Amino acid sequence: MKKSSAKKSPAKKGPAKAGKSDFYRLRLYIAGQTPNSVTAIANLKKICEDKLKGKYRIEVVDLLEKPQLAKGDQIIAIPTLVRRLPPPVKKIIGNLSKTESVIVGLDLQPVR
Amino acid sequence: MPHAKPMPKAARPSLAKVPTGIKGLDEVTGGGLPKGRVTLVCGRAGCGKSLLAMEFLVHGAVQYGEPGVCMNFEETEEKLTANVASLGFDLRNLTKRKKLSVDFVSIERNQIAETGEYNLDGLFIRLAHAVKVIKAKRVVLDSVEALFSGIEDASILRSELSRLFRWLEEQNLTAIVTGEAGTDTLTRHGLEEYVADCVISLDHRVTEQISTRRLRIVKYRGTSHGTDEYPFLIDEDGISVVPITSLVLTHKALTDRVSTGIATLDEMMEGKGFFRGSSVLVTGTAGTGKSSLAANFTSAACARGERCLYFTFEESPSQILRNMRSVGLKLEQWVKKGLLNFNAMRPTSTGLEGHLAIIHRLISQFRPTIVVIDPITNLVSASGSYDIKSMLVRLVDFLKMEQITSMFTNLTFAGDPQERTAAAVSSLMDTWIVLRDSKPNGRPRRELYVLKSRGMAHSREPRELIVSKRGLKLGIVMEGHPQATIV
Repeated sequence: MKKSSAKKSPAKKGPAKAGKSDFYRLRLYIAGQTPNSVTAIANLKKICEDKLKGKYRIEVVDLLEKPQLAKGDQIIAIPTLVRRLPPPVKKIIGNLSKTESVIVGLDLQPVR
Repeated sequence: MPHAKPMPKAARPSLAKVPTGIKGLDEVTGGGLPKGRVTLVCGRAGCGKSLLAMEFLVHGAVQYGEPGVCMNFEETEEKLTANVASLGFDLRNLTKRKKLSVDFVSIERNQIAETGEYNLDGLFIRLAHAVKVIKAKRVVLDSVEALFSGIEDASILRSELSRLFRWLEEQNLTAIVTGEAGTDTLTRHGLEEYVADCVISLDHRVTEQISTRRLRIVKYRGTSHGTDEYPFLIDEDGISVVPITSLVLTHKALTDRVSTGIATLDEMMEGKGFFRGSSVLVTGTAGTGKSSLAANFTSAACARGERCLYFTFEESPSQILRNMRSVGLKLEQWVKKGLLNFNAMRPTSTGLEGHLAIIHRLISQFRPTIVVIDPITNLVSASGSYDIKSMLVRLVDFLKMEQITSMFTNLTFAGDPQERTAAAVSSLMDTWIVLRDSKPNGRPRRELYVLKSRGMAHSREPRELIVSKRGLKLGIVMEGHPQATIV
């Protein structure tokens, strides 16, 4: 894995090791506290802790509260997880219980 | 087991309908689409389903005070705006005024990995939000089938679609859902299974190089509807459907009369001329003066201040104007005054149904009291195998309903004594005027006689038709002409 160690780490949570290019900004769209939403949040946290410890940020958007946000990210299915960073934007749907699919879908690079 | 008693017929509430505002469609559906229900509009690519759906929304927003939401799965807002702008709809303005809202739903084909259970709440929330913001009453989903290419799990999709359609009905939204025609099914993905109330199928067919669009109401629960195919037209004003009015003969017979434009001919018809709202057929071989007679008829009508619509399938308007000047008819003045309107069409420019649709539309725009079609012969040549009679039945019926007096000219060929015409159209016509060449004593001349004229005592004696610089007139009754009665 190539690391741009010359660059400074992101200001807040990013550890010194991680460069800008492998910092993950993830946004999870849910619609209310449904079983699928709760499962998805739990699954996502676990996967991130396992694979991206220290270099990710999760933002949970509840469309019941902010329906206007659905259009921008072209949300159809719930739950949908959007990888906003690093580019390109990727989208996966479902409650994230198939860990392998999540890893492939988000193109997660395993931490060595 | 107790059975619920069927509701007596009279007590059944009549199905509420919302008008589409599309010319002719509201007539053939008896008032529009079922209110608060989902209607499926299906057909092949390019058949006009998106246009029909958009017209439904725009007319709803503009004419009926019902804002509408379009969820478009195929075209972006910009593209859709540009497409409908060509039909005179200003989507951007309507959007600004919160009359209409367009949401482009992009389905990234095969890019969405599925990682477990999900539903389509995102779509629901988007739709519900858009509906709420503009207080929409109408919804278009065009075409929801695109979801099938993006969502792998077809069983989830199917149950979500049926939930979506139920939701639309719960919200009392009148919706159009479009679907691409499948090979053996109405839609490729069987959307018709979810839509119980109304299904409309559109078709675009090319027969003998001439294209015709048709609309059929496949199903309309709780309402009677014609099962026929209705021709429709797409032009700069959008869609217009031609209703078949000939289901019943209900037009009122008028007793007013219309002058033929020639005093002597009026005399031959009880001194008063044609009945208003009747149909007149003028047949004759080449050069016997059919167009002159028709032009004379229109000119006289315009002089009385009537509005005339003249369809020509042979000559351009300027050619007719020039030719008619030579027989003393100054038609330009009526054109300038807006009383006379020429419409030149190539018979092969569109199918018979297309012509019918164009004629319908122009008549409803121009509101004439007299219509001339010169000649119908050329339409026969364009019709090929298709039956011109059914088109003329509809046209003549429509004209009678509108109480328009109509004159049709028809070219006959020497030695073919009107048989083809007789078979095709004469029974539809109230009056039949025959023009012919004859050579009594070796001197050629034109003759005219009235072969039939329903509802009046008319002369059957042939007279010479004199066409000169000073106009048209009839000579004296020709004595001793045995052919006068039957041709």
